[in-house]
Amino acid sequence: MIASAIAWLDLSPRAMLFLVLLGAVLLIAPFIANDYLLTVLILILYFAYVGQAWNIMMGFAGQLSLGHALYVGLGAYVSAVLFTRYGVGPWIGVLPAMATAVTCGAAIGFLAFRFRVAGVYFAILTIAFAEFARIGFDHLDFVNASAGLFLPVAQYAHNDLWRLRGSPAMFYYVILAATVLALLICRLLLRSRIGYLWLAIREDEVAARAAGIATFRYKMYAVMISAAVTSFAGVFYAFFYNNLFPEQVFNISRSIEIILGTIIGGIGTLFGPILGAFVLTGLAEALNSAMGHFGLDLPGAKQVFYGICLLLVVMARPHGLWPWLAQRIGVAEPRK
Amino acid sequence: MPFDVYLNVAVAGILTGLVYGLMALGLSVIFGVVRVVNFAHGEMMTIAMYLAVVLFSHFHLDPLLMLVPIAAVLFAFGYALQAGLINPFITRPEHSQFLLLVALGLIIVNTLLIVFGPDAQSVQTSYAYDSFQIGLLIVDASKLYAGAAAILFTAALFAFFRLTLVGKAIRACADNYTGALVVGLDVKRLYALTFAVGAACVGAAGCIMTLIIDVTPMLGPTYTLLAFIIVIAGGLGSMPGALVGGILIGLTEAFAGILFTPSAKSMFAFAILVLVLLFRPQGILGKRVA
Amino acid sequence: MTALLSLQNVSKRFRGLVAVDQVSFDVPEGMIYAVIGPNGAGKTTLFNLIAGAMVPDAGSITFAGARIDCLSADAVCRRGLARTFQLVRPFPALTVEDNVVVGALLHRRDVASARERAHDLLRRLDLSDKRGQIAATLTLPDRKRLEVARALATEPKILLLDEVMAGLRPTETDRMVAILRELNRKSGLTILLIEHVMRAVMALASHVVVLDHGTMIAQGAPDVVVRDPAVVQSYLGAEAG
Repeated sequence: MIASAIAWLDLSPRAMLFLVLLGAVLLIAPFIANDYLLTVLILILYFAYVGQAWNIMMGFAGQLSLGHALYVGLGAYVSAVLFTRYGVGPWIGVLPAMATAVTCGAAIGFLAFRFRVAGVYFAILTIAFAEFARIGFDHLDFVNASAGLFLPVAQYAHNDLWRLRGSPAMFYYVILAATVLALLICRLLLRSRIGYLWLAIREDEVAARAAGIATFRYKMYAVMISAAVTSFAGVFYAFFYNNLFPEQVFNISRSIEIILGTIIGGIGTLFGPILGAFVLTGLAEALNSAMGHFGLDLPGAKQVFYGICLLLVVMARPHGLWPWLAQRIGVAEPRK
Repeated sequence: MPFDVYLNVAVAGILTGLVYGLMALGLSVIFGVVRVVNFAHGEMMTIAMYLAVVLFSHFHLDPLLMLVPIAAVLFAFGYALQAGLINPFITRPEHSQFLLLVALGLIIVNTLLIVFGPDAQSVQTSYAYDSFQIGLLIVDASKLYAGAAAILFTAALFAFFRLTLVGKAIRACADNYTGALVVGLDVKRLYALTFAVGAACVGAAGCIMTLIIDVTPMLGPTYTLLAFIIVIAGGLGSMPGALVGGILIGLTEAFAGILFTPSAKSMFAFAILVLVLLFRPQGILGKRVA
Repeated sequence: MTALLSLQNVSKRFRGLVAVDQVSFDVPEGMIYAVIGPNGAGKTTLFNLIAGAMVPDAGSITFAGARIDCLSADAVCRRGLARTFQLVRPFPALTVEDNVVVGALLHRRDVASARERAHDLLRRLDLSDKRGQIAATLTLPDRKRLEVARALATEPKILLLDEVMAGLRPTETDRMVAILRELNRKSGLTILLIEHVMRAVMALASHVVVLDHGTMIAQGAPDVVVRDPAVVQSYLGAEAG
């Protein structure tokens, strides 16, 4: 069984061993890490998760979205409204949340792809829709507009997984499971028919059409699947932080944060988003606590750090850290 | 609502739109020649705005007087940026350039945030509350001066491109890159000059803008997006298009502000973007390319 | 003998300039046809019209009994008409094998059988030993062969080849000619090619269509057509100009 797992993941035994060790450490983390470290790990896994979701669209299908905060925000708001107003739990609420995100993704994709809005124009269009949602939700009284939507925070005696109310450890396991699941989904997609067709579209859309690929349809699938996967991150966000402000969740900075880890880790690779999240969020949090240690409180310092990291990676390692690292440690993922 | 209200709103919208147009002109010039999408455009504008605010609050220098010096500072900044950072990227894939400038934007916004804090800062000129009345029309002095300064600077820019040798060389470079190489133009230097000219435009626009609005670091991304909307609406690479787009967005925002709520005004700019992308992707004054 | 591909008065203009003007001809099933003509004669435009990359302004294109002139490029390919590009465009970051797998996936659901088909084609096009290489690292002749392999992987009834011999050395040209002839003979594949290399045209084509300034000035057997005064004139005229 282990042998088939190795074959399925296309990894060398060495890489598999590393993965198993990493998995073991992540599994027991809540028992050894303090609350702060656990929160950092949750944040890392959160970005590993959304980074993978974004990677489906940009890394696999080559469609640059700079408005993924839209799908996070929609997922968060739909599930939070259902929970606070109608008592619908998150595991049921995730379905309409995904449906909403997929519908919006499909609408944006339809407009863009039907009318040949591509490349940078497409990226601007995705930002525009996210900003549109930000301002729209800011004026939508049904979701408390700019005053924000709050989920009831009560002290729960025990973890209620079904209603996602409980300790950080529970949230940690939820996002860990989601990240692993996302990795499996990405692996499955990339190695199946649709993955090859996406890569072809990413590499050369004209040639892809000449090879008979209905590019419109497959680009739509990419947006819709990516939106669906991303929207769960929104549900998690809502239930973990318990408060939602349009100004925060739909902000363009959120969209940028989502993509940073993946770019730094390696666009289009399976492990890039995960590596990128660990490196970037890990270092940023280390920076934060170091500054806290010296009594410095500089809002914005983390983002400047992000900016510098992005700058360095784009200049020096345009394919990201993972392809480079994988080669160094001899676990090379076949280049895609 | 009575007619004179509409008239006043329209005039205010056009005057703001002229400043928007100047800002977008910078983006358009850079894209038209260097083919790089300057995703740090609004961020560069906030640098100019903070320069104007600091010069005013510390030395009582009026932004209108500081227009040329601030444009010159941004010119130098733009030149250095293109020559040092972006030129090696011109042969890289589009998204790679884009991300480089996203990174730059991120650094600028948050450095400003660290230095100046999140609160809005403004320039309180002696004429801040003055206005002129001509018949039914009442115009704020600040807006009138802002619009006039924008027109002057824009005119100077058009003259630069039409009359000077460097301006003509840059236009030649935009029309035919290979041709420019063949006749021996130093393309890399021209790119740096072009980026510098574009940066000077946005610097001037930022300086003027402090007469009309308060500055916060977060204005950067907002204005980047607005500049894109204007340029796409007007026609990417078309200089008159950027001006028309600027006025269009200025008017839209002004009317959205009184007919709906001011905070929702940029929704209408997005609506225009979507409509233009769908129905006239080459922009209002843009040429259709096959 | 029924026509597999039939063009009726096909025309295309660009901003008033006539690129293809009232071109009509039939390609019967199982034949190898060539389109020749001086540079700028409209050959590639004609291919783009047939392959669905452009829509003709006038005329009709019928393939296997159905109109295809209003279909998109991918729909045309799914009907069984595959093409290569004059300026080759393999998927650069993918391996040679994966390039062909993409083509083979058109009529196959699972990747394993597409890979089998790809192996078979790579063998036939002498690319087997390079199948793990990244396409961007291939030499030009290899990239041209890769394009042919990818097009063939879509299991076309007709193959449109846009100057696959250009830039090849004579021995490479001969090899390509042999490969194409074998494909035609063994599987009855119909081929329509644009070609400048007359050696290849004479060796392959049973019928030649000559374009000049967008109009068809001659067609017929290759050895007859090359002696046609109008054809000689157009080539000489082009060279003199």
